[in-house]
Amino acid sequence: MKDMLLSAWRYRYFILSSIQTEFRARFIRSRLGGLWMIIHPLAQAAIFALVLAEMMAARLPGLANNKFAYAIYLMSGMLAWSLFSEVINRCLTLFIDNGNLLKKIVFPRISLPLIVTGSALFNNLLLFMAIIVVFGLLGHAPGVQIAWVPLLMLVTLALALGIGLVLGVLNVFIRDVGQVVPVVLQLGFWFTPIVYAPNIVPEAFRPMLHMNPMTTIVQSYQNAMLFNTTPDFVGLGWLFPAILILLGGAFIMFRRASAEMVDVL
Amino acid sequence: MSECVLKVSGLGKAFRKYRSEWQRIFSWFGISVTPAAEHWVLRGVSFSVASGEAVGIVGQNGAGKSTLLKLITGTLRATEGEVQIHGRIAAILELGMGFNPEFTGRQNVYHAAGLMGFSRKAIEHALPEIEAFAEIGGYFDQPMRTYSSGMQMRVAFAAVTAFRPEILIVDEALSVGDSYFQHKSFDRIRQFKEQGTSLLFVTHSMGDVQTLCDRVILLDKGQALRDGLPDEVVDYYNALIAEKENAKLTVEQLRQKNGWILTKSGTGEATLADFRLTDADSNQEVHLVRVGQRVILTAIVKIHADIPRLVLGYMLRDRMGHVVWGTNTWHTKQIVEDLRAGQVVEFKLLFTCTLGPGSYSFSPALVSTDTHLVNNYEWKDNALVFDVLNAGNPYFIGTSWLDAVFDINRRGMV
Repeated sequence: MKDMLLSAWRYRYFILSSIQTEFRARFIRSRLGGLWMIIHPLAQAAIFALVLAEMMAARLPGLANNKFAYAIYLMSGMLAWSLFSEVINRCLTLFIDNGNLLKKIVFPRISLPLIVTGSALFNNLLLFMAIIVVFGLLGHAPGVQIAWVPLLMLVTLALALGIGLVLGVLNVFIRDVGQVVPVVLQLGFWFTPIVYAPNIVPEAFRPMLHMNPMTTIVQSYQNAMLFNTTPDFVGLGWLFPAILILLGGAFIMFRRASAEMVDVL
Repeated sequence: MSECVLKVSGLGKAFRKYRSEWQRIFSWFGISVTPAAEHWVLRGVSFSVASGEAVGIVGQNGAGKSTLLKLITGTLRATEGEVQIHGRIAAILELGMGFNPEFTGRQNVYHAAGLMGFSRKAIEHALPEIEAFAEIGGYFDQPMRTYSSGMQMRVAFAAVTAFRPEILIVDEALSVGDSYFQHKSFDRIRQFKEQGTSLLFVTHSMGDVQTLCDRVILLDKGQALRDGLPDEVVDYYNALIAEKENAKLTVEQLRQKNGWILTKSGTGEATLADFRLTDADSNQEVHLVRVGQRVILTAIVKIHADIPRLVLGYMLRDRMGHVVWGTNTWHTKQIVEDLRAGQVVEFKLLFTCTLGPGSYSFSPALVSTDTHLVNNYEWKDNALVFDVLNAGNPYFIGTSWLDAVFDINRRGMV
């Protein structure tokens, strides 16, 4: 583990410049370039808001006075989910996409997930800033609790990286994984209270909702950005060690697998 | 030449097949699973390379050359044995790997050098040199998709060789690009070598192997079959190609006192009983030939079994192993047909020695068609060695004597 981190440190320059390059690549020959990364989730939020606003707005506790409350609620959840799904989706095909590079050139393989993590984080920060601007336009001034968001991003990132690495490694050997994951991810989106408030879910199903780690995270985002309350510390307190174990396990698996990964790519 | 920069010991690589991929995954977590099948592509390969040494790696397709290189560079992990490397290793394998066509040459150089682990500072420092070496002018700051493939090659080569490595792996990739740049890149490689870089060449061109390498390793079926001087290994390799086609063929090698290596192979239906060079006028056997002398090469062939056709081929090579001239009686349409056991055939080749001064060798081959791959009755590398000396002609260099004349005229002032 130590030498893995050490080699990543030696390649820090490459990792940083790759993140930069990836971002720059989006702007080449595309007028809006990287802005599309922000436009997509915002547009999605806008669509949901348009379609579901009437139905959902009344269900949000204590925010009935703001007619944009639902849009704000949506965007808070979207911010968390877009980071989560971007990291997983990109990790999933990461080693397959870079198969040629892995076969031909020697470099610390850990750089690849780190580049994905870095660039996803950067995209998400831009989205976060854009959302704050939109909040301002909608007349919602975020409270001090919004300062929790960067920390929540790190938690989301760690969870997504842990899951993504495991799936990405498995996908090299069992390609079905790559087909199943997007479907499961879609399902996960609807199993997380992003579009709806948890109180519309029948009482019997609510514990199931809370078994989803993203529920805890998304609700903490909503607390910080919309309700101006502290994150769900109890939930996060449970989640934190679990994520650490997952991440540690994922790195061990990645390390063991990387010897054989090139054999089958 | 003494310091060892690369040491490969007992290297082996097996690709494993499991009954289910899940078994492979369990095996990472310490659950011992016996793979359903193991396929060894390389096994028991050991050699070491000293600093400044150039080693060629030859072998037929599938012999394990690429696997060996991947194990040395470290993209593949060895199943057994180990590779010890002292210093940095660079490979000119896939030039232009990881280049983004939308970016400029300059940006791609940053990226590629970063991939080799260099810091921004080091790259910035080397960049003017890279730009100058690539010699593509203003294109350096244009997107790479506008480049010709040769230009891309130039930038890639300049970037890979911007920093002198301790070990440089050169693939046949080097043979792309125009001849000007080829010379330039070979010069750079030669400079590296003088400064102590060890070279590993992988190629199918036996000519390159003989001019560039100090030593050659022949890989066959995942094993290092031969490791020795270039002429020795190359001749063995040629004989081996024949063996593939002729099951009962035997290969013998023997280094003669004069330094030429004699490699003999063949199935033995026809053998050379005598092979000699004589003066055309006096009929005396000669080992030393003057430039311009008329000589006859005689081959007496004994037939040991009935064969439908017999073709005799000659290859004349210089000391470096380069082929100076070669043909056979199939090309000259003088095929001898329907031979019975016990018969003897005499071939005479009359020629004027228009070779340059030096040592040469004749390698005869007794075959049935235009190549030795169908039936190789007997193949003798360097069966006859002779020296050429220049007496009577003005001094000249090279392997051929061209009867060329200077015509010089002095003109008045214009």
